[in-house]
Amino acid sequence: MARALIMVPATARRGEIVEIKATVAHPMESGFRHTQLGTLIPRDIVTQFVCTYNGVEVFSAEFFPAISANPFISFSTVATESGTLVFNWIGDNGFSVTESAAISVS
Amino acid sequence: MTDRKRNRISRRQFLLAASGVATGLAFEPAGATVAEMRAAISKLVGPASVTNGRVTLELPPLVDNGNAVALAVRVDSPMTEADHVKAIHVFTEKNPQPYVATFRLGPRAGRARVATRVRLADSQTVVAICEMSDGTFWSDSVNVVVTLAACLEEQ
Repeated sequence: MARALIMVPATARRGEIVEIKATVAHPMESGFRHTQLGTLIPRDIVTQFVCTYNGVEVFSAEFFPAISANPFISFSTVATESGTLVFNWIGDNGFSVTESAAISVS
Repeated sequence: MTDRKRNRISRRQFLLAASGVATGLAFEPAGATVAEMRAAISKLVGPASVTNGRVTLELPPLVDNGNAVALAVRVDSPMTEADHVKAIHVFTEKNPQPYVATFRLGPRAGRARVATRVRLADSQTVVAICEMSDGTFWSDSVNVVVTLAACLEEQ
């Protein structure tokens, strides 16, 4: 379905702060635009983003229509242990995308 | 001569005033107001006060295309269990809604910096408010000039 792109370093030292970048393909229709016939285009946006690290939530975000199409987000986390980072986007009309990335910590 | 000059100036002033009224009317339904943004901020902050500082909002001062503007917020915080950033909120003055995004982070972030891309519907002031673990609020605001506004027009 929708395509998600994630950038997580494959390896990290214990205690290192790693930068994570994530984006998902989504039009982010604001709900403020009209068609040429004057009908309002209904809102269709991604409303929530959650990142969990081995099951523990480390970062989350709430989006509003003022976020650009294909919402991009960059944040950081401390590499504590080897495991998986799970990214979940939730939006209008039942939109839900889950993507994961593995990180090995030495 | 003096009469004519006075007339000409008043006509110019009238036209200026008229165009001001016209643009004011044209933009009013589309955008939120400064008062709406203030209301949204006070709803978030509650009785606490917001202090300027500790937060750095990174935005280009001149924006060519308001559809995707790189925005980053950096907070001066040690990000320890005792003293960390709980949340970062971003607000705008003249977009249709004052809300842009809320980021929730904690000591496991290691560093208090988030980046995303936003839409800006007009030249305006963007405000970032940071909520600390001790319950204090800090802010930073940036004035941006937008040449091509984010799409509110017909598709």
